[in-house]
Amino acid sequence: MAIAFGSRKASAGLPVPAALRSKRRRAAARTLAFLSPWLIGFGFFFVYPLVSTLYFSVTHYDGFTTPTFTGLKNWSYVFNDYPFFWQGLRNTLWLVVVMVSLRVVFGLGIGMLITKVKTGAGLFRTFFYLPYLAPPVAATMAFAFLLNPGTGPVNQLLGDLGLPAPGWFTDPSWSKPALTMLAMWGIGDLMVIFMAALLDVPKEQYEAAELDGAGPVQRFRYVTFPNISPIVMFAVVTGVIQTMQYYTQAIVAGKVASGVIGGSGQQFEPGYPQGSTWTLPQMVYNLGFQRFDYGSACVIALILFAISMAFTSILLRRKSGFMANED
Amino acid sequence: MHATTSRRARRTIAAVTGSAVLALLATACTGTNSAGGNDDSASGKDVTITFWHGWSQDSETKAINDNIAAFEKAHPNIHVKAVGNIADDKTNQALRAGGDDAPDVVSSFTTNNVGTFCSSNVFADLNPLLKKDGIDAAKTFPAAMLNYTQFKGNQCSLPLLGDVFGLYYNKKAFAAAGITAPPKTFSEFADAAAKLTVADGDGFKQLGFMPNYHGYESTTEHFLGQFGPSYFGSDGKSSIATDPKVAEMLTWQKGLVDKLGGFDKLEKYRASFGDEFSAKNPFHTGQVAMAIDGEWRTASLATDKPDFEWATAPFPVPDAEVSTYGRGYQTGTIIGIAKNSKKQAAAWELVKYLTTNTDAVVSFANAIHNVPSTFEALNSPKLDADANFKTFLDIAKNPNSGTTPASVNGGAYIVSLQNLGYDYESGKQTDLAAGLAATAKEIDAAVNQAK
Repeated sequence: MAIAFGSRKASAGLPVPAALRSKRRRAAARTLAFLSPWLIGFGFFFVYPLVSTLYFSVTHYDGFTTPTFTGLKNWSYVFNDYPFFWQGLRNTLWLVVVMVSLRVVFGLGIGMLITKVKTGAGLFRTFFYLPYLAPPVAATMAFAFLLNPGTGPVNQLLGDLGLPAPGWFTDPSWSKPALTMLAMWGIGDLMVIFMAALLDVPKEQYEAAELDGAGPVQRFRYVTFPNISPIVMFAVVTGVIQTMQYYTQAIVAGKVASGVIGGSGQQFEPGYPQGSTWTLPQMVYNLGFQRFDYGSACVIALILFAISMAFTSILLRRKSGFMANED
Repeated sequence: MHATTSRRARRTIAAVTGSAVLALLATACTGTNSAGGNDDSASGKDVTITFWHGWSQDSETKAINDNIAAFEKAHPNIHVKAVGNIADDKTNQALRAGGDDAPDVVSSFTTNNVGTFCSSNVFADLNPLLKKDGIDAAKTFPAAMLNYTQFKGNQCSLPLLGDVFGLYYNKKAFAAAGITAPPKTFSEFADAAAKLTVADGDGFKQLGFMPNYHGYESTTEHFLGQFGPSYFGSDGKSSIATDPKVAEMLTWQKGLVDKLGGFDKLEKYRASFGDEFSAKNPFHTGQVAMAIDGEWRTASLATDKPDFEWATAPFPVPDAEVSTYGRGYQTGTIIGIAKNSKKQAAAWELVKYLTTNTDAVVSFANAIHNVPSTFEALNSPKLDADANFKTFLDIAKNPNSGTTPASVNGGAYIVSLQNLGYDYESGKQTDLAAGLAATAKEIDAAVNQAK
């Protein structure tokens, strides 16, 4: 046994008993059998698509004819000649920074308020959670109607109050803030996980902090936040990944606000108004399924993957991941 | 021994993994299947073909099904399995994947993808079949319709009814403004639009015409139909920066935007418009007194019955080209045969019937209020055409009418030009020549990328 499990150098020249080899093989087969569901899933749903995406990114492929190797031509096209890429990248990063930050702050704030409510907490929970259940397309269309600068009730109210009425989804400087408002309206998911985390904070720690004279801000800083920081990190990381994939709301808002529904002879391309709602996932669709340029679509998909990985790695490195703070 | 076994195992795993990856890649990279032309349908053998189309409304599906029933009666051994409400995205995937359930015959509402379909051989070239049956395409179909169904001589699709764009005008508003006849030139048009515009505070009570490119059908390509630009030169490169007609159109439109109150004011008013394909369409509600729109609007107006009289006319033309008055932009539905279909002979019979049989074309046009796509059908006495609809028939027959040509990368060049239009009308781009040069470069790069 000592020889069998010794160093490779030591065991290299020695014969391994047949029984032991057989036992090892059986153990390896058993291990593989138990791992196989995951291995198959990982292989088919992660490795294969990733390898294919890498492969297609260096080929000319229109979805119909056999792909041909073109080297870095697609990469050069996306970075140098595809006119929407840089604007789409800026928009996506804007949404990642602003939308994720505001959603986390807002979700945490709502969660803290509702945990403090003595009566009617269930009603408030339902009230804030329900929007999250609305289908994204329906919710976006409802927002486009409410925020319609010409006929929407929001601008009519603002006008009645003597306040300036923005163009919302029709104004390039307001379209992303309007999408952020929509995202904050559907805050139910974050509210629920923050509420669960907040209710899990030991009450004794608050009592001890109060006895030490800590005010509300200090209690949040030294008691609440350290306890819920793994959940905050989880919310930020998943929020970044979700926002990197932001597609439905942006394209629906742009399409509804533009009025172009792609009728006979019309050609709709996302981003209305003036490219302000272009996001990288929309470019994957645009290049792949509207322009039949699967190679360039794969380039954008890989860029999305790389940025998501980079954000996640940085966030997890800066904070000790999901480890609970037990100091 | 252990090391040897381990190394061998690693090699085996590497080989198996490599083979699997290669096999998967090879599967993924498979191109289109080879075509199968002879299905024995000509010898009377029973053949069932699958036909995918986009029509979804009850009246539309009834109309196409009636045509299919008439076809099956004339060809008892060919059976058609029609599948409606199919969008282009799904068609693209199905044609790529092939297989027994893939369509043999496909129709699409947009002409923009014809260049892609033709250049990638997804659709079969119909030229040999037209020639075999003695059909002279140039004498059968109007030139513009023939143009948008082929790419570089490859006639990979045929027109199946067309859409033609003209001017709709509110006769009550015209009378109130003292205008006695529809404008024929852009000068007359600008004057009429201004006279028909009634201000209401910061907005409008009635707007003469919505010139902004997002004003539903007031798009760059529809306006350019009145100018007849070339879009591409003989070398295949974009000619929008060198063809003065493009700059002329963009300048004319911008001038109209400024004359009617400016981009921001018009955009704010545009936001109050209802859905294009509803009774809340701004022309139906009287919010605009003139509109550029397709022939289908005649049916919508007849159904919705707005509280004013309306009429149609060709859309005006540049003052210097008044002799071309009567022209307009054309597009329409196209139909083609999947290259990988194994039943191409039967499929061709269906395509030929739907696109060239005059009774079939006329009955379908009457049912869904589209413009017929053959010369014979356009002149057929069986066509239900009142004076308003006749306007569009005349535009379709006009030799100066035009379309946007097929491109290897679909409608991407239209979008590029459209984006320049948005920037120019809003004032974001002020140097038109520089904008056109940059857009032409962008179009060339995209075309090169698609080749």
